[in-house]
Amino acid sequence: MKIDVAYVSNLARLELTDEEKAIFQPQLEGIVKYVEKISEVNVDGIEPMMHGRPLVNAFREDVVRPSLDREAALRNAPARVGDEFLLPKIVEGAES
Amino acid sequence: MELYELGVKAAQEGLAKGDFTSTDIVRSIIDRVHSANQAVGAYLTFDEEGALALAEANPKAVPVAIKDLINVAGQPCTCGSKILKGYVSPYDATVVKNLKANGFIPAGRVNMDEFAMGSSTENSALGVTRNPFDLSRVPGGSSGGSAAAVGGNLCIAALGTDTGGSIRQPASFCNCVGIKPSYGRVSRFGVTAFASSLDQVGPMAKSVEDAAIVLKALAGHDEMDGTTPRDPVPDYVAMLDGASLKGVKIGLPKEYFDVAGLDPEVKRVTDEAVKRCAAAGAELVEVSLPHTEYAMAVYYIIAPAEASANLARFDGVRYGHRSEKASDVLSLYMKSRAEGFGAEVKRRIIMGTYVLSSGYYDAYYGRAQKVRTLIKRDFDEVFSKVDALLTPCAPTPAFKLGELQDPLTMYLNDLFTIPSALAGVCAASVPSGATSSGLPVGVQFICGGFEEAKLLQVCKAFEEATGAVTCRLAF
Repeated sequence: MKIDVAYVSNLARLELTDEEKAIFQPQLEGIVKYVEKISEVNVDGIEPMMHGRPLVNAFREDVVRPSLDREAALRNAPARVGDEFLLPKIVEGAES
Repeated sequence: MELYELGVKAAQEGLAKGDFTSTDIVRSIIDRVHSANQAVGAYLTFDEEGALALAEANPKAVPVAIKDLINVAGQPCTCGSKILKGYVSPYDATVVKNLKANGFIPAGRVNMDEFAMGSSTENSALGVTRNPFDLSRVPGGSSGGSAAAVGGNLCIAALGTDTGGSIRQPASFCNCVGIKPSYGRVSRFGVTAFASSLDQVGPMAKSVEDAAIVLKALAGHDEMDGTTPRDPVPDYVAMLDGASLKGVKIGLPKEYFDVAGLDPEVKRVTDEAVKRCAAAGAELVEVSLPHTEYAMAVYYIIAPAEASANLARFDGVRYGHRSEKASDVLSLYMKSRAEGFGAEVKRRIIMGTYVLSSGYYDAYYGRAQKVRTLIKRDFDEVFSKVDALLTPCAPTPAFKLGELQDPLTMYLNDLFTIPSALAGVCAASVPSGATSSGLPVGVQFICGGFEEAKLLQVCKAFEEATGAVTCRLAF
């Protein structure tokens, strides 16, 4: 299976320059080829391991508790207006 | 002796006796940072006023350097990335709260490979860190700043994180003790996520006892991290009393010794370590972990897959870098990420997105998780026969800055540390010797899941059998 770096980087919402594409394409082909080694292993009937330790359902009491203060949450915002994060226009034709 | 040379135990004893205060230690470290950090580059930032204020308020506390992906309220947390330039943490990670509650204070932010992706700290976008024993060489990574600070006596102890070897390999390169706890032993809340099923925070210190003291402070259940069970935390420090290798069954996994690319000096140091264990009364047996050869491949599917999901949060919206060239929301994402991330992070995001993408999921991610089960079973099986495993930690001593250019070659540094990370068991790097040119070499001990007490006992007894490993600082 061949990786298409230009296609996948778009899925990852990551703009690449032509130069980066030219560098990453052979590098990632090499890495993909390396990891395909796992196709040799017989995994019939083997359960997947999702985590470092089997733990099921870590419950806690469902009570409302204070969360991060609004001002603290907004302090690192690249752009804000009032109590909200400011973004470029999302909907076609809407007022920004 | 200068106070910055102290380890945790010695610092605690001196503080208890009233020989000096926390402020004295912090001042000593600040002086050391002024004189040595330009050469070593261990620290990215050191908030001197903040550290001194904490020391004044906690006169018996021991300062600890913090890897720059662990949140400390009011401090930067760049993760070695341009994308988090200017970011200020709004809260303390649980490990930081635990440190503060147990007689430690955070002091200084140490360098790392960007988002913990790398084995040399060369992937940091914010500065070069050099090996304190040879400034032309790397400190290892990703916790290279932590290791260089401990090994170079620019701190008392440090926190690192280990996903596939990021505590153990730099510890080996910089002559320190590094513990990767079992998955779930230490909370990940407030620690910027790389690969969530693998990441663990652990101590990097100047002795096994120092590492045990810090680990005891870090470990335990956290209601903010559902993967930390309520299992009690043993008294790792008290349990070191009388630690011995007598009668301890140590397995030597043959897959870790018969490896192309294992440096002859590392092999020699490891063979000598085996002999010392035998002389100290350990019973050494050859064992096998048959799926070892697949661990690297499994890791380089699972870790990038999880990273690609975790790093999706860096979108230029709520925090982090925002591109000024964006015209709409999509280009805001595309350009902010393009401008903010470095090459290795981009490669791993692309790799991770690929293995999770429609049509490829089963062949890569799904299959990798099943092979991970087989790797875990290898360890379960072997720990029914032996107490601990002894292996080389990294295949080579510290290499030159700029020496490894190909990503796949760099990945091979973690050959011996990745399998135990995938299995979720605990492991440590302990100083064991030096190359003929004076570079430190550590060996790795591995124990079963939540067997940190046993691991630390074995490491302590090994440390005593080895004696001090002395390497000359290069600055």
